[in-house]
Amino acid sequence: MAGNTDKPAGFSARLAAIASWPVAQVFRLLEYPLAVIQRRVGIKRMPWIFLLPNLAFFGIFVVTPLFINFAFSFTGGTELFLGNRVYTGTEQYGFLLECETFGDPITCREDRFWKGLYNTATFIFFQVTFLVLFSLITALILNREIRGRGFFRAVFFFPVLLSPVVVALIWKWVLLRDGLLNAFLVSIGLDKVLFFVSPEWSMFWAVFVSIWAHMGFYTLILLAGLQAIQPDLYEAAEMDGTSKERVFWRITLPLLWPNLLVVVVLALIKGVQIFDEVFVLTGGGPGTATQFIVQYIYNTGFTEQVQNFGLASAASVILGVILFVLTMIQLAATRVRDNG
Amino acid sequence: MINKAKRILVASSLAASLMASTAWAETELRMMWYNDGNEGEVMQTILDRFEAANPDISVVLDVVPYKAIIESLPIQLAGGTGPDLARVTDLGGLNKFYLDLAPYVADKAYWEASFGPFLDWLAPDSDQISGFMTQLTVTGPYVNKTLFEQAEVAMPGEGATWDDWAAAVKIVAEKLDIPIPMAWDRSGHRVAGPAIAMGAKMFDADGKPALVDDGLKEMAQRLYDWHQDGTMSKELWGSVSGSTYLGANEDFANAQVVMYMSGSWQIPQFADKIGDAFDWWAVPAPCGAAACTGMPGGAALVALKDTKHPEEVAKLMDYLAQEDNLAEFYGKTLFIPGHLKLATGGIDFATDDPRAKHALEVFSGAVPTISPVAFDLQGYKNNRILFNALISRLNEAIVGELTLDQAYERMEDDVAKQIAEKERK
Repeated sequence: MAGNTDKPAGFSARLAAIASWPVAQVFRLLEYPLAVIQRRVGIKRMPWIFLLPNLAFFGIFVVTPLFINFAFSFTGGTELFLGNRVYTGTEQYGFLLECETFGDPITCREDRFWKGLYNTATFIFFQVTFLVLFSLITALILNREIRGRGFFRAVFFFPVLLSPVVVALIWKWVLLRDGLLNAFLVSIGLDKVLFFVSPEWSMFWAVFVSIWAHMGFYTLILLAGLQAIQPDLYEAAEMDGTSKERVFWRITLPLLWPNLLVVVVLALIKGVQIFDEVFVLTGGGPGTATQFIVQYIYNTGFTEQVQNFGLASAASVILGVILFVLTMIQLAATRVRDNG
Repeated sequence: MINKAKRILVASSLAASLMASTAWAETELRMMWYNDGNEGEVMQTILDRFEAANPDISVVLDVVPYKAIIESLPIQLAGGTGPDLARVTDLGGLNKFYLDLAPYVADKAYWEASFGPFLDWLAPDSDQISGFMTQLTVTGPYVNKTLFEQAEVAMPGEGATWDDWAAAVKIVAEKLDIPIPMAWDRSGHRVAGPAIAMGAKMFDADGKPALVDDGLKEMAQRLYDWHQDGTMSKELWGSVSGSTYLGANEDFANAQVVMYMSGSWQIPQFADKIGDAFDWWAVPAPCGAAACTGMPGGAALVALKDTKHPEEVAKLMDYLAQEDNLAEFYGKTLFIPGHLKLATGGIDFATDDPRAKHALEVFSGAVPTISPVAFDLQGYKNNRILFNALISRLNEAIVGELTLDQAYERMEDDVAKQIAEKERK
């Protein structure tokens, strides 16, 4: 019997040794150059050496374009290279912010920029509200001892894995004049609805599809938060005969609050950045009803005959400031959560 | 055994170095291309022949979506990383990136005699030779003749106005319960022809762009009204924003549209997709108060300044522009020729489809009736600025975001702003 158990153990060890051999070789190769570097820079500076590849990547592909974009926002004309462009000072910002009445985009010089901002605000108001609400409800249900809990968790998370373009195309096929939903409406004796012709329906579906696609991610965060709540608290409440509503309002919600805050801020940031799904789903229409701020930047910079990089960059900087503020709120929220 | 292995190794190395030296001697040209129909295949067969005759030059046909030609190519060109040649539709707009082939082509007089007026579209401000038209297009409507017959409604004849057609197609659609009586491509270029027919001048007395005038308003008002009374479906124009192009070709091919305003480039696609499922019939451009005109246009194959091999590019362009090669290209693709001699001499189009033949006759026959204003507009290098302002603002009026007057104001403002930005020094 003992001989039987020894065999697989030896086999596993050999298998592990074979599998780890290439890794060991790589480390052996790296050992010498790293030792040389360590001798030169000293052990205290070694963390920077390990961070260097990531810092270089971040610097080249994030920080540098950020500064270039900022510089572009002070230029005009159609030249691509910064050195060839005309310096315009804050003129592009002036164009964007020139309004007779800020509440009425049509009175603004760049009416589409303001429409984009208002549409984005409307979108995130509804999207974030319902996204958080539905994610919370779903997390609460999936946290219970229900049959097929693992399956349902996977089902709710599945859309998160899909590309935004795929999500939008799937829903477009459902919602078109001859799509699945209209076929269903006709089959029950109703008239077809041209969803993408109505501004209200278009906004509704933009919000709905976005919630459908992203809810799984936020549900997962909230589920993790729910599972971190000590079961003793619920047991104590049950022994005291506390009602379920009271348990929710007095135990679950306060303890989940830091996670909820993170979810709200993350959803807000993602909401402001919305582009690909809605661009494929509605194209920003009808008219400009679902044209959001990122689409305005894209159109201004790329789709017109005169690719106005200066104006698009200025709009990007304004969007960047909005995102920066939201990120600061998120960092503060994370700190609140970490401090309990 | 070892000697044999050595011999094989030496022979392989020799072969590899020979192949490598051949590869180094070869000049590779890259041609960015988009397809409406089968033109990529036809071009490839001609390129294969060119490569066989010129083993030192290889040509890679990079087929990309049309969107990449419109959006990515200008950025590539501005960044100095463009291809050697490209098939473009923004003929005058990309002019500053074109290579002047005049010093390199074998017979400059042939180019001028064969492509004269179209060379001006490519180079509005100079005499340079940059390429040739892969197709000349004319905008105009198609109708589903079978639906007219089924509805027992007479098709408006020669000289019919847009109002006559709008009334007729509405009756047909109502009788047969067709969802879309009339559909237009969502494109300012498509609207421009009918607007010119109504009297739009597009330019002021000094030759500067003047998009909004009474002629344009006449047509814009009709388009607005047709969208409100159901003659046109808001689904097509209303369902996207900005200047995004949308065609109704799929709806027309599925017999969901009675009349479809598009252009000659749809012929190969309809011949292929619709075939004899119903009679798709090209009709002459309907009339307005000023003319019965569509818009000319088309796509051109141009040589680009970025190339490091101007002589090889010119050699290729000389070959492709030969009369027999172009006759083959136009004939097999069912494109209206952009070569003057071939246009007048006629092309043996590779189709037995009577509908396709009729459509080719109608669109080729429309060329002499095109208004000079339309030719001027097509040759204007900033025409896309006008087209985009027209379609995007008109669309915002149609869906109720702007009044028509506000839309006109915005059109003029958009055009002025963009031209000012382009000319900013």
